[in-house]
Amino acid sequence: MESLKAEGVEDIFGIPGGANLPTYDALVDAGIRHIQVRHEQGGGHAAEGYAKASGRVGVAFATSGPGATNLVTAIADAMMDSVPTIFVTGQVRTELIGTDGFQEADILGATLPFVKHSFQVTDPRQIPEYVHEAFHVASTGRPGPVLLDIPQDLSRADIDYEPRTAPVDLAGYKPSTDGNIKQIRIAAKAIANARRPILYTGGGVINGNASEELRELAASDRFPVTSTLMGLGGFPASDENFLGMLGMHGTVAANLAMDNADLIVAIGARFDDRITGKLDEFAPNAKFIHIDIDPAEISKNIGAHIPIVGDVKQVLPKLTREYRALQTDSSRLDAWWKQLRAWQDEHPLFYERGVDGEIKPQFMVEALHRATGGDAIITSDVGQHQMWAAQYYGFDKPRRWINSGGLGTMGFGLPAAVGAKVACPEEQVVCLAGDGSLIMNCQELATCVSEEIPVKVFLMNNGYMGMVRQWQELFWDRRYSSVEMGASPDWVKLAEAFGATGMRCESSDDLEETMVAALETDGPVLLDVRVAQEENCYPMIPPGQAARDMVEAPRRVS
Amino acid sequence: MEAGTPQLVKLEDLHVPGQLSGRKHILSIQVENKPGVLARIAGLFSRRGFNIDTLAVGPTDDPSISRITLTLDGAVHPIDQVTKQLHKLVNVLKIRDMEPEETVAREMAMFKVSAAVENRAEIIQFAEIFRAKIVDVARRTITIEVTGSADKIEAFERMVRPHGLVEMVRTGEIAIARGSD
Repeated sequence: MESLKAEGVEDIFGIPGGANLPTYDALVDAGIRHIQVRHEQGGGHAAEGYAKASGRVGVAFATSGPGATNLVTAIADAMMDSVPTIFVTGQVRTELIGTDGFQEADILGATLPFVKHSFQVTDPRQIPEYVHEAFHVASTGRPGPVLLDIPQDLSRADIDYEPRTAPVDLAGYKPSTDGNIKQIRIAAKAIANARRPILYTGGGVINGNASEELRELAASDRFPVTSTLMGLGGFPASDENFLGMLGMHGTVAANLAMDNADLIVAIGARFDDRITGKLDEFAPNAKFIHIDIDPAEISKNIGAHIPIVGDVKQVLPKLTREYRALQTDSSRLDAWWKQLRAWQDEHPLFYERGVDGEIKPQFMVEALHRATGGDAIITSDVGQHQMWAAQYYGFDKPRRWINSGGLGTMGFGLPAAVGAKVACPEEQVVCLAGDGSLIMNCQELATCVSEEIPVKVFLMNNGYMGMVRQWQELFWDRRYSSVEMGASPDWVKLAEAFGATGMRCESSDDLEETMVAALETDGPVLLDVRVAQEENCYPMIPPGQAARDMVEAPRRVS
Repeated sequence: MEAGTPQLVKLEDLHVPGQLSGRKHILSIQVENKPGVLARIAGLFSRRGFNIDTLAVGPTDDPSISRITLTLDGAVHPIDQVTKQLHKLVNVLKIRDMEPEETVAREMAMFKVSAAVENRAEIIQFAEIFRAKIVDVARRTITIEVTGSADKIEAFERMVRPHGLVEMVRTGEIAIARGSD
């Protein structure tokens, strides 16, 4: 406990059980807020939401066996999205390890592929050291989850805590952050020679707190900027240089820009398959500058012509300085911008407006933007609503958009909102949920009520697991298989049963005012919004195809 | 470009170095001697689809450090990517991709060969040619220890196999850099 406090931990999410009783006993008078979640997966995602909203390390506790295995999805999620998190699991007593004891699970072994690092305590005196090492590993370099597994008898031992004075030094862990200045100079000179450059930015900009530095680079010339799902908010969506999100559900302009660029500057992004589509046909005319703190990301999927290993916050200002020093004539970008603007004009984001009060899901996101002034922390689940939020909300600031990108975990949104609200109590926190997803972790409504965490859940209810339905419609001949939500709960009553406020909206005419009313209601609120059921999310690059095979929303012939 | 402006980098001059070397690589990896380290490395290889040809683990002159020597095929795997992934493991201290010309690599193998009275002499002769040692003799078998490069061991295997190879055990290669002078 003392070690956790020394690391500045103020909040922990978790559930007690037999194997972590000693730890929970210590929590009683530790002066740390413990949020008692209703399922360990919820606790894990809450820790992620906490970390993503604040940049601080999120901490979740669980007991041994099923408590620990329930955390696995959250741990894998934190690994994929590089979320600085620490998971502390109880373990059976030392003498029971390996005997299939009651509530024993080899959580260390189970999570090996999903952790940045993990420790199992074998001597109580290791605990402070491991806690500090865990924070160091989780929060530096490319952030990620660290697991600390503590057998019950060892967490029980009384040890003296001596405050740590020396910084953590691990022989096998030395992230390089500066960026090689020679490489940065070469990169600046290549950018200066590019006619069709684009900045392709990812979650690394958010994790690296480098939004300001990115803006400076983009402003050093008229560089167009596109962002991955995880990078949204790292560059203001309202900036005229911003082309929108790229990838499978990205804008036509962003994807065609990548397809036609002669130089792509990847900044804290990892060329995921949802970005590249068919790898052989990705950005066929481009050379690549790849800036990333994780050397293993460079040339993993796409060979980098100019690799730069470093922290974007340190590298970008150097790159901007080197580039400015070249005093390049920016008129070389005129033709490129003419082309980009033409694509933007010809292929804006588009959906057919709803008629007779029908709420189109895209309209719901636009209404959410207006109701929140575009300034809320939005968490989401996974699916169509997530993509529409990414397309239509227009995030202008970092750490406002919290979702599960890499792992794509349905049920992420509500517990992540719990974590975000605990981290940022002054901010408006809205979980934009899907009905397929919300039910997977809806038990956390009880956490919201009993812990007085006033998150607002705006449910985009279309009665389907919409993205799966869309794929079955488009790629499986509309043979719908287990995608209808069928007997969904009455969400208003469900909210009320939990002691939250339930509201419903079925018409676009009063959607925005209902949202405002929900936001102004004290305590947690669940607003069930009935949207058009079989709306598809466009544009879309069909899986395994190239950017130029993108499909746009069909237009009604009038 | 105006006179006096710095030389810019022409995009057409930029190239990505080839990822596949096309040859066998020996990686000599120093790891912390802690529980679970081998599981982390083995797990990493299986998860990323890297195929280990041989693997040898042993202590070093420092009891807190173990050495893992593994060989893998650089025609199939981008070695650079393999080493970068390995470096992400916190318990991995140092990785050396051994240069073939500057490396002495050895492997040991033991062959249990069926040896009836009539071919016993011939097998013993093979062993002498390969500078191998006979470590066990029984009524129907001879067991021979061979040390050398992987090629030598494979050559010996081809010689004795026709006589009836009962069992073969190999250690996997270990390697050390040649002295520099």
